[in-house]
Amino acid sequence: MAVESRAETERQHPVSPVAADVRLDRVTKNFDDVTAVDDVSLEIERGSFFALLGPSGCGKTTTLRMIGGFEEPNAGTIYLGEEPVTGKPPYKRDVNTVFQSYALFPHLSIFENVGFGLRRRGVRGADVRGRVTEILRLVGLSGMEKRKPRQLSGGQQQRVALARALVNRPRVLLLDEPLGALDLKLRKQMQLEMKAIQHDIGITFVHVTHDQEEAMTMADRIAIMNGGRIEQLGTPGELYEHPQTAFVAGFLGISNLLPGTVSAMDAVRLDDGTTVKVPQEALRGRSGRVAVGVRPEKIRLGHGEENRLSGHLLETAYVGVATQYVLDTRAGNISVYVQNSEPGAQQAVTGEISWSPDSTFVVDSMEGAEAE
Amino acid sequence: METRATRIGLRIATVLVIAFLWIPLLIIMLYAFNSSSIQSWPISSYTFHWFRDAWHDGDVRSALWLSARVGLLATGIALVLGSAAAFAIHRFRFFGRESVSFLLLLPLALPGIITGMALNSAYVFAGVSFSIWTIVTGHATFCVVVVYNNVLARLRRTSPSLIEASMDLGADGWQTFRFVVWPVLSTALIAGGLLAFALSFDEVIVTTFTAGAQTTLPIFILDKIQRGQQLPIVNAVVFVVILATVVPVIISQRLTHESGLLRRR
Ligand SMILES: Nc1ncnc2c1ncn2[C@@H]1O[C@H](COP(=O)(O)OP(=O)(O)O)[C@@H](O)[C@H]1O
Ligand SMILES: [Mg+2]
Repeated sequence: MAVESRAETERQHPVSPVAADVRLDRVTKNFDDVTAVDDVSLEIERGSFFALLGPSGCGKTTTLRMIGGFEEPNAGTIYLGEEPVTGKPPYKRDVNTVFQSYALFPHLSIFENVGFGLRRRGVRGADVRGRVTEILRLVGLSGMEKRKPRQLSGGQQQRVALARALVNRPRVLLLDEPLGALDLKLRKQMQLEMKAIQHDIGITFVHVTHDQEEAMTMADRIAIMNGGRIEQLGTPGELYEHPQTAFVAGFLGISNLLPGTVSAMDAVRLDDGTTVKVPQEALRGRSGRVAVGVRPEKIRLGHGEENRLSGHLLETAYVGVATQYVLDTRAGNISVYVQNSEPGAQQAVTGEISWSPDSTFVVDSMEGAEAE
Repeated sequence: METRATRIGLRIATVLVIAFLWIPLLIIMLYAFNSSSIQSWPISSYTFHWFRDAWHDGDVRSALWLSARVGLLATGIALVLGSAAAFAIHRFRFFGRESVSFLLLLPLALPGIITGMALNSAYVFAGVSFSIWTIVTGHATFCVVVVYNNVLARLRRTSPSLIEASMDLGADGWQTFRFVVWPVLSTALIAGGLLAFALSFDEVIVTTFTAGAQTTLPIFILDKIQRGQQLPIVNAVVFVVILATVVPVIISQRLTHESGLLRRR
């Protein structure tokens, strides 16, 4: 009933200017006593590269499988475009999946693997040949048509799996850790290639990964999942610059989190008494105990910026393009990255650091989370 | 140095074992073509005569016919029950799953003489009179295991996502069976069936307990050899039994090794 009335309102007032290709409306999935996906709502814009990012077991695969039709939600509705698809079997949904294990048909040639979906939909003869040849060229596998999957390397099998799904020109392509079985170098290369392919053909990609770097490299928008819920959704830049929870801040790279208490519309008093200026919008809706965050590379040596702390140097580590310093301050330990190209980067640190209020973010106090 | 010596030693041992296994077989097979009715070495001249005699011998014919029917029926039953059991064990986790698996495998480990005696007393106890079905039931006990093992091994080596991938690409249940499940499993079923047939075709021990007065081909051979009768004809029959068991085993070996399964190399 609730779903119906909501769909009605939306017909009268279209919500977003760009149509959503996939929409999850308060979707929940339980397995026995485990809640794998907990009341998740999200919209995935047409033609975007969307990533579901989170640690193992947070419900990413389950979410993807519900979109593909391999699991049915216990509650909530899934829409592909305007159409609710909950309850429809996979073969009646206009989506295709790239499986983590690739799931190539071992008894069929590469050509027949890629042509499988076309044939099931009644495409015949020369049309199949034309489309399969074209997509194999796109993924760089021309000339492999006659081989069997086991005669290909892991990277090539991965491309076949991609081609087999893309050749059907689905509304949405689902990818479950598609690069997980490849070695690091190949993975980096495929990340860029897949991004380029998605850009070329303009199909919506929904990409599941636990690798934050992979998600940041490939996706236009990322939903960070934790314990079956979406912690935060946004562009890679937004998530990195303005994480809203300690979990998101910690999951995307290193961050310094300093406990304190909200003291003004745009300030937080740290536990050592220092006051830190923060952007007003970062504080919205918060009072009492919070944690103030700043990324190590946003911190400068010396007291040139508005937010200042002093301490003494604990450690120095040379990490290629940058040098990492760890300082002991009364507000807590703080990591600082200084580009090695910057003048004076190698000099001994005086113990004075500072950063701009614009680079500061605020998350809920971690004390409660730790007690949990 | 030592490794080289070991390697040569191993090779010699392997050749000896193979020779030990195959030379007697080859000699028996050669005897089938011996034109003299007395087995003596070396064979002086060769003939197909005994095969013709065997083919026209009524006892041989009825024994061959019985063995073929028993083999086919036992194989058929094994294919149905063995693959059903393999699917059940593979797909579902249920209470007593391990015990069921163990109970299915037991007949292969149990000596044939025990299986035979047990079945025999069960038939007598239940008042079942001996017929082709008593033999078929006896053979089915070990034939089911062979098919079960083959199909289960194939299922375990097959990615569970294959069926989902097929449905994902637009195939409904029937198309998924026809284009994915059957092609992937068929070689395992055929291999299991051929092995089951080969096992049944030359089985003696269980058969002696379950056949009553009926004579299968191996029983015929045993009988004639014990009495020292019609030995040249027996040689021709033995030749056929060897072919009927070795050939299916070789084909089944090839099928299980060449089947196009995704194996990580
Ligand atoms: N078929 C299933 N049966 C029971 N529990 C499951 C099943 N699939 C997933 N789960 C559980 O649901 C949770 C989320 O799993 P999953 O979606 O696979 O996470 P992720 O892909 O993020 O690693 C886990 O706790 C997992 O154990
Ligand atoms: Mg997963």
